[in-house]
Amino acid sequence: MENGLSEQILKVLENNSRLTDQEIAIMLGVSEEKVHMEIADLESTHIICGYHTLIDWDKVGYEDVTAFVELRVTPQGGDGYQKLAEKIKEFSQVVTLYLMSGAYDFLVMVRGKNLKEISLFVSGKLASIEEVQSTTTHFTLTKYKELGVDFDMGRPDERMVVTP
Amino acid sequence: MKELLSQKVLQLKPSGIRKFFDVANEIPGVISLGVGEPDFATPYHIREAGIRAMQSGKTFYTANSGLCNLREEICNYTERRIGLTYNPNNEILVTVGGSEAIDIALRTMINPGDEILYIEPSFVSYLPCIVMADGIPVPIELKAENQFRLTGKQLEDVITQHSKVLILSYPNNPTGAIMEKSDLMELAEVIKKHNLLVISDEIYSELTYGREHVSIASLPGMKDRTILINGFSKNFAMTGWRLGYVFAHKEIMEQMTKVHQYVIMCAPTVSQYAAIEAMKNGEQDAAYMRESYNQRRRYLYHELNRLGLPCFEPEGAFYMFPDIREFGMSSEEFAMDLLDQEKVAVVPGNAFGESGEGFIRISYAYSIDELKEAFMRIERYLRKKREAGNDIKRNRLLAYTTKTNITKI
Repeated sequence: MENGLSEQILKVLENNSRLTDQEIAIMLGVSEEKVHMEIADLESTHIICGYHTLIDWDKVGYEDVTAFVELRVTPQGGDGYQKLAEKIKEFSQVVTLYLMSGAYDFLVMVRGKNLKEISLFVSGKLASIEEVQSTTTHFTLTKYKELGVDFDMGRPDERMVVTP
Repeated sequence: MKELLSQKVLQLKPSGIRKFFDVANEIPGVISLGVGEPDFATPYHIREAGIRAMQSGKTFYTANSGLCNLREEICNYTERRIGLTYNPNNEILVTVGGSEAIDIALRTMINPGDEILYIEPSFVSYLPCIVMADGIPVPIELKAENQFRLTGKQLEDVITQHSKVLILSYPNNPTGAIMEKSDLMELAEVIKKHNLLVISDEIYSELTYGREHVSIASLPGMKDRTILINGFSKNFAMTGWRLGYVFAHKEIMEQMTKVHQYVIMCAPTVSQYAAIEAMKNGEQDAAYMRESYNQRRRYLYHELNRLGLPCFEPEGAFYMFPDIREFGMSSEEFAMDLLDQEKVAVVPGNAFGESGEGFIRISYAYSIDELKEAFMRIERYLRKKREAGNDIKRNRLLAYTTKTNITKI
């Protein structure tokens, strides 16, 4: 049970990070102090890496552009990929970075003001990294779902108001 | 026109919920805590199984008692979950929801004049189904101080030579009560002593918190005298599919199947295919939903305590049944007033029988955010009521003191 608590807290927070320690404590049937300590611990060990808000910027009218860039790099040994990743993730334009199996090595999610800005970043910064052999850039058109959340307006409650 | 109709049906009262629904449905912006069904849509893999069934043209009748494969899967699931073994060939019937099972079970067992004991408050269908099957309904009034559990003594007190069937429904709608094994053992002794049959409606069996559900049929000597009802609506969020099932001794089942056969023919075929998927691969979904309900349950219970509404801590289903007698209103007046003032819909307790008077049913099949908003409104409502109540008391006190002063003079 004790072991499960941090996992339970993480699951609850993953869905709604605005819940207060007190609310989480009530929902999980433990003391507020315990929740507080557990979260502090999860934060300090960087298991909880941050609290963000999932925003559909399209609805606000922002015309930011997102692209997924596939990077092929020269084969790396030892901690080569790690070192490369450290180089790539330093760019503020890089939102997400994964090392991948398969036809290419890194998948880089890049955000910029417009196509041109991203193109310049990819050709000027990413492609010019010595180990990078080739890049393929895919621009996103519509975002439907992110991190398990539907970007649609959400389904209305279709249940009747009162039922037995 | 009315005089041409059945007296039996004419005398049935329309469901109290229906009446309240008609009003609540007309008011815009209502936050409802009045719903008796899960807020989860049916898990997608189960819906997909239904879609596949349709696409591949599974649009014919099935065997009266249901698809053979489904019956087998239900029996496997039941054995896994509550350790009871039934024969898929002659001890199970797939029905149109638990509701049909209640109806056909009663019709199969009742001879005119038989007394049918049922707990109250409880699901709205028992009483009318008993009446329609020519039984004599005998409600057993449960007490909040017993956490709405039925005791052997209470049962013993209402038994006469005409008593035939006891209807149990735990985990309970509307109270959220459960029965622990020891409670059931005590009942089983009385049931066996008086040779009663039991209809045990366990439609919320997957929704108990902190304790595993125990079926009365699993107690020694109880299986053969218990008609065990369950279904997919609550446990797998499949209300609209209308699918339930019932287990009984093969001699009872043989007769019950006749009623089902002539009235229903068979449960919807597409739903049955979807249900196979639920039985095979749905336990994780049920566990996930249970955990989620449990968080809301704790939250709601905490809120009721904070607002000072007396309520025992329910351990099953997804309802709470707080006591609102301090406000001196009937539960219907209270629910109507709350709806009117704060646009929050709850169900008046008397919709579940006279003994539910003085209580309201609050469902927590809602997201935490919805519950939060609803409770903000309820808090505001209670504060106003209590302030108004204090004013009345003060005025009475004032009137009393003035009067006594006058007499002194």
